[in-house]
Amino acid sequence: MAGAPPVEARGLVKRYGDVIAVDEVDLTVEAGDVYGYLGPNGAGKTTVLRMLLGLITPTAGQVRLFGRDPLVSGAAALEGVAGFVEAPRFYPYLTGRKNLELLAALDGGEAAKRIDEALDTVELTDRQRHRVGGYSHGMRQRLGVAAALIRDPRLLLLDEPATGLDPAGMRDMRALVARLSLAGTTVLLSSHLLAEVEELCNRVAIVRTGRIVFEGALEDLKRTAGGGWRLRTTDDGRAAEVCRTQRGIAEVRVDPLELRFEATEEAAAALSVALVEAGLAIRALAPHTATLEDLFFRLTEDGADPVSAAGRPAETEAA
Amino acid sequence: MPALRTVYAWELRKLVAQKRTYLGLAAAALVPVIFVVALTLQNGEPEDVAFGRYVRQSGLAIPPVILIFGSYWLFPLITALVSGDIVAAEDHNGTLKTILTRSVGRGRIFAAKVLAAVTYAIVALALMALTAVIGGIIVSGFHPLVTLSGTTVSAGRALLLIGASLLVYLLPLIAIASIALLLSTVTHNSAAAVVGALMISLMLQLVTIIPGLGVLRPYLLPTQFNAWQGFLRTPADWTPVIRAAWVCALYALPCIGVAYLNFLRRDVAGG
Ligand SMILES: Nc1ncnc2c1ncn2[C@@H]1O[C@H](COP(=O)(O)OP(=O)(O)O)[C@@H](O)[C@H]1O
Ligand SMILES: [Mg+2]
Repeated sequence: MAGAPPVEARGLVKRYGDVIAVDEVDLTVEAGDVYGYLGPNGAGKTTVLRMLLGLITPTAGQVRLFGRDPLVSGAAALEGVAGFVEAPRFYPYLTGRKNLELLAALDGGEAAKRIDEALDTVELTDRQRHRVGGYSHGMRQRLGVAAALIRDPRLLLLDEPATGLDPAGMRDMRALVARLSLAGTTVLLSSHLLAEVEELCNRVAIVRTGRIVFEGALEDLKRTAGGGWRLRTTDDGRAAEVCRTQRGIAEVRVDPLELRFEATEEAAAALSVALVEAGLAIRALAPHTATLEDLFFRLTEDGADPVSAAGRPAETEAA
Repeated sequence: MPALRTVYAWELRKLVAQKRTYLGLAAAALVPVIFVVALTLQNGEPEDVAFGRYVRQSGLAIPPVILIFGSYWLFPLITALVSGDIVAAEDHNGTLKTILTRSVGRGRIFAAKVLAAVTYAIVALALMALTAVIGGIIVSGFHPLVTLSGTTVSAGRALLLIGASLLVYLLPLIAIASIALLLSTVTHNSAAAVVGALMISLMLQLVTIIPGLGVLRPYLLPTQFNAWQGFLRTPADWTPVIRAAWVCALYALPCIGVAYLNFLRRDVAGG
């Protein structure tokens, strides 16, 4: 099983009554990936991670972590795997350090020796002797990361790790994920923030109501999503005409407050010159960063089978 | 995988760190103290309780009196307080997902919890016995004890018999712990589990007084609450003791079994 990928899920389904929380999800995370599992609230991200960790039983389908099924091998399947789903939870009546000592005892091996370093990494050394009951949300989140680190994982599963953190906390969390990835840890993280996934991940799956609507490399996603620009000038009506005659500018749309179009950076630069030559002053010209909603719109507007529409290019390139 | 001993030790440490634990232990220790203090402040003795008549003749009559007083409600309550909480508290704190994603299997975690709950019952009972014996000896001395058969046994032998009686009383207590643990596992709610376990005990006591169901009486759990008195007769009456052993097992084992399976298979989606 040496070559088995860190995560391999096939046909995962989880039903809660008539709610299908996860619907036929196939997921492969290769060693070294930072994999983003991206979707809005209620898309089934947490439910997938729970199935990966063996916390809940899939209604159908299979999970393999490094080739081992958590339902069959139990805790042994989590060898080398760490992470948390939703907000990490601890015993409120124990100190942060005691919580980690407890978990290290349940890990066995060298875990206890890594506690100091882990506390240091998440900057909780000063508060380690305080009860978790008095910790803020951000501190608990960090303690959750420390609890994962003491397992020295080869695969890290994180469920919206930056949610509820302040900007500095978010930045630290992302820096940590980037650093762990550089050190060779495979990471699967769920998120509802496109920007977060863009910053950290090399592969993404986009999910909506339990289904994957895009799966592939981040570059392919950017190609699908990118190229949008917003323009405001002193006279948007005439600017639209300039845009339409300009080479490399496509999909020009006149919105009440601004113009939108698609172009490469070079074409947009050339357009700015053309606008000025036409006697128009530019108030704003900026690349439009796609939101998750934009992506859904793009990924699903082409037809009934969005995965083949968007996901295939990546596969044919690889072949 | 870490040894059961390690997981069990941490279950105990968790108990030591929780206030609820001390509520039960304090009650177990205080009841004999209150009794002994009352005895020194007042004249007379609790005539209508077995051994009550002798509490001023021998300090060793006090532990049985306390046990009779607490056997139906107090000690089952103290036991259920922890065993009804030991799984549900994990649900309440959302920590099941935390401990079930480490390197210990669910079965071992459950086993550690069962052991910790039983350990707690033993400690509470021992604490009661210790304060009752010490307090009893202080106020009434270390003297021979008149048994339920009217014979007198030496103080040393009486102490031994009290120890044996406590072990027998532990059997129904473990059955109560098992019921509370089952409810704790299934309901995910510690209050429901504590109250539920006592309600079941009460319900079974009710059965014993329903006419026509009297034949069931020897096989009901509450009946086993005074099986220990068999050892305070001369010669010792083994019948209730042996019956307590298998009847209690009949209550405890299925409860533990069902709780175990539930814990092994349940979806851990809370927290
Ligand atoms: N334990 C549960 N019982 C019933 N429904 C659930 C449960 N867990 C999740 N769901 C439902 O499944 C869907 C997906 O939930 P979740 O995985 O938490 O989404 P996400 O993490 O992407 O926000 C939601 O509609 C949610 O209501
Ligand atoms: Mg979620």
